[in-house]
Formats: sequence, structure tokens, C-alpha cells
Amino acid sequence: MNTIEIRAGLFDALQRVAPEVEPAALASDKALRSQVDLDSMDWLNFIVGLHERFGVDIPEADYARLVSVDTIVAYLSARLA
Amino acid sequence: MIEFKLPSLGADMDDGTLIEWKVSPGQEVHKGDVVAIVDTSKAAVDLESWVEGQVHELITQPGEKIAVGTVMAWLLAPGESAPLQTVQPGVQPPAGQAMSAAAPRASPAARQRAAALGIELAHVRGSGPNGVVTLQDVEAVAAAASRVPVDHAAGMRRAIAAAMARSKREIPHYYLAETVPMQPALQWLAARNAARPVTGRLLPAVLLIKAVALALRKVPELNGHFADGSFRPAAGVHVGVAISLRGGGLVAPALHAVDELPLDTLMAALADLVARCRAGSLRSSELSEAGITLTNLGDTGVESVFGVIYPPQVALVGFGRIAERPCVVDGTVRAWPTVVASLAADHRVSDGHRGAVFLGELRALLQQPDLLDTPAPPPIPVGGSA
Repeated sequence: MNTIEIRAGLFDALQRVAPEVEPAALASDKALRSQVDLDSMDWLNFIVGLHERFGVDIPEADYARLVSVDTIVAYLSARLA
Repeated sequence: MIEFKLPSLGADMDDGTLIEWKVSPGQEVHKGDVVAIVDTSKAAVDLESWVEGQVHELITQPGEKIAVGTVMAWLLAPGESAPLQTVQPGVQPPAGQAMSAAAPRASPAARQRAAALGIELAHVRGSGPNGVVTLQDVEAVAAAASRVPVDHAAGMRRAIAAAMARSKREIPHYYLAETVPMQPALQWLAARNAARPVTGRLLPAVLLIKAVALALRKVPELNGHFADGSFRPAAGVHVGVAISLRGGGLVAPALHAVDELPLDTLMAALADLVARCRAGSLRSSELSEAGITLTNLGDTGVESVFGVIYPPQVALVGFGRIAERPCVVDGTVRAWPTVVASLAADHRVSDGHRGAVFLGELRALLQQPDLLDTPAPPPIPVGGSA
């Protein structure tokens, strides 16, 4: 899977929890949770969405690496390689 | 004959608009069955029946706005037989009969229009001769249904304003707070979550909710309703959870019997409730049965929250952000995660001492997370050694 597909999957999972989000308006290098109003339940649902979409189980210890769109894409790329 | 009246679905609700019936004359109704969808100006709610019976006549029409307490329908009690009818030309069909047997006579144009619009003819009162449903009758129902307010944001704001103003007018609030160390609980949680896939993990909020429910068993005067000058303790521990909606606004539907739920079940129930809340499909029992409400603003990043009690409840528990703070443990200062738990309570029903006992119990429970994952208190060992 290339990074374009991963980004698309990421935005799809994000829009499931936050339907009002415009992916094009997001700064990909800034913390996602500072740009989108996501509480802890939303965040968990987003990670479940990533898990279901990409087939990758994400340990709690790795949550700290999922900060911005760029870091999430990098993490998923590495896991899927 | 049972009068099915519009119940109050919250302190801020005086009236509701019927959106559609989900049952027809002749249909058997059981407790908990959804009989109608009602718009409360805050949200559309699935109205559940609290009685058993058979629908005899639907009185309120879709699109009609009615006050709380209005009789919406008549139900036959189990074993009761229908009174002789002289108005309706149809007969009571056996339960489970196809819709067409219960449908009153209707003109072909009305039948066609109703089918096109997805309107149940059985729900339309006929104005033609002998109660025949005319095309105009069907169109009137369609027009009324489309006038149902869809702008819930304004209605929501008004409802919250009314409830909060009433609360501050009528309820003498007192406030207490306690900083609760969360290291044992979060450590326990991390170990438990590490052993589970992402779909089976618990949020810290679930520990907080369970601890509140268990602590209420020790101080039951914080759980219930104050009405007509007296306090009625709740029969069970149904905890309202304040959930903010994405478009703005706030609802606090109840999780049922929280003190009896294992943590996994509680997590699933909370996730389901939040999802349905945001999708706008809550049930009436969820909006009327909370004996206490919990507001968790930790995700927003505030230190603590001192809230406004949601009438007719008598207490509100608040939680701020779980964060590392200086904490004295065994005589030394450590950097431990802590959370500020707060209690707002009705001074007509409880005094500060009892509120303090509640917060003390809450704190103690959160230091022993193993106690949170049991539905009931641990059994007392019978004879012998532990």
C-alpha cells in the first residue's frame, strides 16, 4: 500500500468519527487533536477504524506516536511494510 | 383501557411533536417496545412503552405538537376486550395480522399517495364518509410531518437554558472537590489493555463511571429525584453521562444498572450510547431514568468542573483532566497522574459530610481497581482462612 492510499484510508476513518472535517483543510504536520475536536472516545474509535481498515493492531504504547497526519501515515507505512 | 400519555423526557421538556407511530391498531405492545418517534426540540427520541397491551386507537397525529401528559393512544390491557365500536368500520384484527387487515378503507388516490410517501394508512384518520381516508387526509399528514422542527440546535439551547436556570433557581447547591491519585488505576488499566486488541480496550472514563456507581451504594441520598417537596431514592444505579454533540449542545442519557456491569460491558454500553447520541437515536428510558449525572471534561483539558445539577436529580459528579501532578506518596513528592473529582449536591437532601463520604469512597475505590471489575462487592470469606 502506498502513502496516498494510506492517507485516503486515514481520512476516511477520521471522517467516520468527525463527519464535519475537511481533510484538505488539515495541516498534516500539526497535531490532529488540536485541529479536530476529538474526545477520548472519538480517538479510540478512530484508532479502531485504522485497525479495521489496515488490518494493523495498534498497541496502546504506540498511541503517543500517532500525533499528526504525517506521523500516523509514517507509522502505518512502517507497520504495513 | 390504558391511556398512553406522553411522558416527560427530561426537566427541560414541556411538549413534544409526534414524528411517526411505529405501531398500528391491533398490534401487541410489550414493555420497552418502541411505539413512536417523538421530537423533543432537542432531539428525536424513540418512545418506549412502559405498559403491556394491545393498541386500540392512535389519537395523536404525526406532526401534532402535544403537551407532556397528553393521551396519545389507547391500549387494551392484557385480557381486556375491545368496547363496541360504532365509528370505525374495521374490526380488531388478531395480533400479527398483515397491515392491510388493519387499514381503514381509503380512496384509491389516497392509497397510491400513501404508498408513494411511505405513510401507513392505518395511522391516518379519515375525514371522508364512514371514516374513509381521502387524498387530502394523506397529504395533510405528509405536510404536518414535514413541518416537524429539524433545527435541533436552537431547541437544544433553549432546553438547556430552561433546565439550568430552573436548577439554579430551585436547588441550593453545595460543592466539594477531591484530588484523586490515579497511578494504581492507570497502571492496572495499561496492563489490562496491553493484553487486548484495540477493539477490547477500556477508556479511563469507564473506571471513573464504575467507581461513581459503586460509591453511590454507600451514599444513596445522592442518587434519585427531588420532586413535590420530597426526595425519592432511585431503585437502581442509573448514571447519566453528559455527552457533547458535534454540532453543539449537550445530552445526558443514562447507562442502566452501572453498579452491576462488568467493565467490558460498561465500555460497550458507553460506546454504543455515545454513537447513538450523535446519530440522534436515543430511547425515552435513557432520557428519564438517570438518578445522577456525571460530567467528564478531562478531554477538554480543564483542571476541574463544578457543574449545575440537572433537575430533578440531586447531585452531579465532575471530573477534570487526568494529568501528572505533584502527589505526596509515602512521604515523598512523586509525579503521579491525578484527577480532580468534584461533587455538586442538593443541600435539601444531603449535607457536606455525606458528600465528603461519597468522594472519600470514590477515591478509595479508584486506588483498588480490581474492585471495579466485579459486578458485586467481593464475598466475605466463609469460615477458614483467606
